[in-house]
Amino acid sequence: MKRALQIAGLLLFAALSVLFYMSWLAEREPHVPGVAASDGAAQVARGRYLALAGNCAACHTARGGPAYAGGREVRTPFGDIYSSNLTPDAKTGLGAWSADDFWRALHHGKAKDGRRLYPAFPYLNYAKVNRADADALFAYLRTLAPVSEPNRENTLRFPYNQPLLLAGWRALYFRPGVYENESAQSAQWNRGAYLVQGLGHCNACHTSRDPLGGSNLKEDLAGGLIPVLNWYAPALAGEGQANAQSGAAGHVAKLLKTGVSEKGAAYGPMAEVVYSSLQHLDDADIQAMAGYLQSLPPPPAPSPPPAVNPVEMMRVMDAGAKLYAKHCADCHGAEGAGQAPAYPPLAGNRSLALPSAVNPIRLVLNGGYPPGTAGNPRPYGMPPFRLVLSNDEVAAVLTYARNSWGNKGGPVSSVEVGRFAAVPLE
Amino acid sequence: MTLRFFCLALAVALPTPAAFAQAAAPTAPVPATGVANAPSASPAARRVSDTMAERVAACVACHGAEGRATTDGYYPRIAGKPAGYLFNQLVNFREGRRDNATMRYLVSNLPDAYLREIAEHFSAQNPPYAPPQPPAASPAVLERGRVLTATGDPAKNLPACAACHGSALTGTAPAIPGLLGVPRDYLNAQFGAWSNKTRRAQSPDCMAQVASRLSAEDLGAVTAFLAAQPVPAHAAPATSAIEKLPLDCGGVPAASAANPASSAAAAKGAR
Repeated sequence: MKRALQIAGLLLFAALSVLFYMSWLAEREPHVPGVAASDGAAQVARGRYLALAGNCAACHTARGGPAYAGGREVRTPFGDIYSSNLTPDAKTGLGAWSADDFWRALHHGKAKDGRRLYPAFPYLNYAKVNRADADALFAYLRTLAPVSEPNRENTLRFPYNQPLLLAGWRALYFRPGVYENESAQSAQWNRGAYLVQGLGHCNACHTSRDPLGGSNLKEDLAGGLIPVLNWYAPALAGEGQANAQSGAAGHVAKLLKTGVSEKGAAYGPMAEVVYSSLQHLDDADIQAMAGYLQSLPPPPAPSPPPAVNPVEMMRVMDAGAKLYAKHCADCHGAEGAGQAPAYPPLAGNRSLALPSAVNPIRLVLNGGYPPGTAGNPRPYGMPPFRLVLSNDEVAAVLTYARNSWGNKGGPVSSVEVGRFAAVPLE
Repeated sequence: MTLRFFCLALAVALPTPAAFAQAAAPTAPVPATGVANAPSASPAARRVSDTMAERVAACVACHGAEGRATTDGYYPRIAGKPAGYLFNQLVNFREGRRDNATMRYLVSNLPDAYLREIAEHFSAQNPPYAPPQPPAASPAVLERGRVLTATGDPAKNLPACAACHGSALTGTAPAIPGLLGVPRDYLNAQFGAWSNKTRRAQSPDCMAQVASRLSAEDLGAVTAFLAAQPVPAHAAPATSAIEKLPLDCGGVPAASAANPASSAAAAKGAR
């Protein structure tokens, strides 16, 4: 009995030691000195550019509100988190912050007062940003007009609103560290990796999350359903679901920069990313990001679609073919060749044939425009078919398109269509 | 690592996140209502035409071919409305001042220049109007509606509709819309939205003030009257600038200011 207690005590001690060690890894803050800028104006200009690369304004601006004054809700499965005011207002913004405070937030995920920040602010990514870039970002934010806009309280549910839980989450998932160049790779590759992993925070959406909201690092950029938003962020890695490696080298870069390419268009949340962030990046950075993405090893192939009753499948394909000819062929072509860049090809379109049909379902129901960018200022749009087609018809036409012209996407059921018809658009 | 798995197991045991529960909720199928204007059947793809008409295919899915809508549904006619008005509304949707999920979703990532072009496109359309809805109110109520639109109610500090929307109620260029040929449901819904602050304009929001002064009875009278009026042939927004609006409207340029939206539309038509 005494011996059992001793063993239990030892095990408890060991577990606590591991926990403290993991927490220490997440929480330690070695001093990193600020970087003095030789040219203040150039530093501010660079900070502005980096803020665009990080898409800071997209979350830190309420819809229709003053830029960077915060207040936009970030909805998570655990409750809503409101972005903070980044303008240099002394009371409600970052007016009283120093460059060291800003570094602490960006690199360590902690506010000026030491409070741990929720990772809806993607500091797992921003921790990779180097000190010089962090200082440039801060220098730029100091030049904004101060806006008095008090921060809103988060509305996380119990137990997710417990500070101790956040500390535990960080112990599990957070290891701050600036991006380190891989010497075997080119400077361009490393630049792409720095932007994709850091400010670009691509894996915030394009890597699936576990039930605690942590990114599964083993499947980096292998794609996943975005919680709450209910759009599927396709794999960016390798010959994956987002066409990243299949096209001409320019295809990915073009999609990032203009929102459209000969292979597809940016839609859903990605349209906003291109509109407010990526279109503003210079060509060298876009090429670096595209090159890095194309170099990543492909994720494992998705499992083949489940077997279906061939008679039923034939009936649905037949109905789908008629609907396709009536509603879709005019733009996307009888053989799904599309008329890029106005109308994306559907033949060989991996986004259409993803194992999850959520994206094509929502596009058919709601339509949409790719972003209006400098490279594509007057985009063509997809009409919403919500009023024209029943759920059964949407299922049939998508089943047809996902299984024609070489596509192998598997059938879509009207139950799935109904489920995503009920999801709010934002 | 075991610790991580332990925490994961704990998380799985916690209540299901609401989003997924919501996503899984079954919903009634959307009935096929056979709304017109879906692209016509054609076995082979035709070539993309480099026109605005083709670019706004997403708009006409609900608003009707050329933006003409109908008088029996909810979707408002956008054809022939002043370009400045349409542009303001597109921006208001994008900036969250108006609350319609579909509109917001469609225009969220479109720049001002393109929204202006879309507004000018529909502003320049002039398809014939459908006949008005049969009057849905008693003659006394309709007369009250007529009086309010023509002269307002000074006792309630209510300006006449005609004071801003034109003596023919067909709007005033560049930014004040016509009130005829719009479904009554739509008109009623807009007043509800102004009262609930789900439809807003640039500040000062004159129509929100009007809505706050209008009783439910008077609102019913005005919309019943408006929805029953035929649209005059060749209806177009009045072009003579209003000297002084009865209320300040943030979305309407001052009378002395230039009229960029309508002159741009005119220049476009001439090209």
